[in-house]
Amino acid sequence: MATLAISGLHVDVLTENGPIEILKGVDLTVDSGQVHAIMGPNGSGKSTLAYSIAGHPKYRITSGSVTLDGVELTGLTVDERARAGLFLAMQYPVEVPGVSVANFLRSAKTAIDGQAPKVRTWVKDVNAALEKLELDSSFSGRSVNEGFSGGEKKRHEIAQLELLDPKFAILDETDSGLDIDALKIVSEGINRYIAQKDRGLLLITHYTRILRYVHPDVVHVFVDGKVAETGGKELAEELEANGYERFTRRAA
Amino acid sequence: MTTETITPPPAAPNVAGAVETVSSHLHPTPSWSVDDHPVPTGREEVWRFTPVRTFRTLLTSGATGGRLEFDADLPERVTVSQVTAEQARELSVEPPVDRVAALAAANAEGATLIDIPAEVELVEPLLITLRGTGGTVFDHVILRVGNHAVATVAIRHEGSAQYANKTDLLIGDGAQVNLVSLQDWDNDAVHAGQVSLRIGRDAQVRTVQASMGGKAVRIVERAQYAGPGGSLEQFGLYFVDAGQHTEHRLFVDHNQPHTKSKVDYRGALQGQGAHSVWVGDVLIRKVAEGIETYEANKNLVLTDGCQADSVPNLEIETGEIVGAGHSSTTGRFDDEQLFYLKSRGIAEAEARRLVVHGFFVDIIRRIGVPAIEERMLQEVERELSAVTAGEDA
Repeated sequence: MATLAISGLHVDVLTENGPIEILKGVDLTVDSGQVHAIMGPNGSGKSTLAYSIAGHPKYRITSGSVTLDGVELTGLTVDERARAGLFLAMQYPVEVPGVSVANFLRSAKTAIDGQAPKVRTWVKDVNAALEKLELDSSFSGRSVNEGFSGGEKKRHEIAQLELLDPKFAILDETDSGLDIDALKIVSEGINRYIAQKDRGLLLITHYTRILRYVHPDVVHVFVDGKVAETGGKELAEELEANGYERFTRRAA
Repeated sequence: MTTETITPPPAAPNVAGAVETVSSHLHPTPSWSVDDHPVPTGREEVWRFTPVRTFRTLLTSGATGGRLEFDADLPERVTVSQVTAEQARELSVEPPVDRVAALAAANAEGATLIDIPAEVELVEPLLITLRGTGGTVFDHVILRVGNHAVATVAIRHEGSAQYANKTDLLIGDGAQVNLVSLQDWDNDAVHAGQVSLRIGRDAQVRTVQASMGGKAVRIVERAQYAGPGGSLEQFGLYFVDAGQHTEHRLFVDHNQPHTKSKVDYRGALQGQGAHSVWVGDVLIRKVAEGIETYEANKNLVLTDGCQADSVPNLEIETGEIVGAGHSSTTGRFDDEQLFYLKSRGIAEAEARRLVVHGFFVDIIRRIGVPAIEERMLQEVERELSAVTAGEDA
């Protein structure tokens, strides 16, 4: 069994006016086979958690630790973290002009596996992964995320999740901006990934809508840079009914 | 970045048919007379980015009789001939706009005329190689493409020379033309000149300007339309290394209604003293209703010690247009792009390689001349060796 363990995590965002503390001591443990949802109001630091674990240069970890399978991630480069088994599906996937989806996926797969994928099966695998997310096979010839609609970008993120098949995945508001059909397609992809039983998932979301399709084992409410409360599905139901007010009032 | 709007003088009824004049430093007065173009000091607006001393020979020399070696496999019906200085002036799109071009025309004592007659459709690209064998060369080349002709013409400059040229490109009505100019000079070559393009009614023209060699290159590219409906796409690529100066100055004159222009120039700089200049002027005249224009310049600065000057200008005399815009970016690698690629396990060096490759491939695939596309990809790989060496984090 693998574990993603976050303990005492403090993170600053680097701004023109100096560093500002966003995460103020996050403790969280996700075992493989589990789905944890992190829910919180805007500005609570949910995305900062995702990006700092992945190693984005805009954030600086000032104290605390993040381990994956016992490996300390905080001292590793971004690509080393990914090769250690971490995947981040981004809220705003970045356009990379002139780099085709096919070339990008092959480069990523080669880097993760340490060897190039088999020519004979790879193209088939890519087309199958795209098709499952209802992306046309002509998609692989397009530049990464360039000119993609919001929904296409998110479906492309989940296609990568399935192709790269990491030990742990963090999905940062993958559901935001999706219409109901796209949300279902994306949720099915996420469910196929966790159906493997030995993968762990941290699902960051602002809305409860996606939790109708992807069922969390644990729900964390995230307020003011740390976990304010942890519970089961009933916590999400309470948020659906009452919103974040109970938590934000307490934090203020 | 500067934007200028020029208001023309009100037209009195008796001069309504007169030629509109636009007075601005952006619009030098064309003239065949060398004396009308004083030797620049480097303080003039159009010379202020240029190392004038490097171009001294091309600004002061008399006729030398020097020539570049001309090599081309001419397809059937395509002809090359010599015309007199007088005929050259008659045929040209416009007179020289600076001293280099004026000397090129005057000292060339005639011009080389390449003719692609009307309705000829070239299946293969016409590849012309101009090779320098040292010395100073003044040259005037006129390419005339007839109505409804379809052609790709690529001019490849190689070898070494001090080379000043005036080039006139006359594109007939309804023609579809792809014009490629490759500056693949040896490292000691100096090249300056003026390329003037006239686009026929409903013609579709694409130009690719690729500069990668030479000690200093300064090319003035000017385009105008002979009738409505013409469409122009101009792409550029440049690779500037230590101590090199590469300058592209573009002017698109929307002097006809319902015309289009799109400019996209991209460069990479590396090494101490690498200097690139891109100036993109677009003028939308009062008559040019329903036009559409966009120009962009992107510079990728790969090492310290480089300078990229980028100046887009847009002069708009009518608001009755479809659209007009420009953008200019100069910077190092985009951190967000690198982060995205690295978050998928791709190592820093490989991520940089992908980004640089993508930056140029976007344009290289539009060249349409396999031999030149290959040469450009080779150059991108050479650039990459500097990008990926020792910078892995």
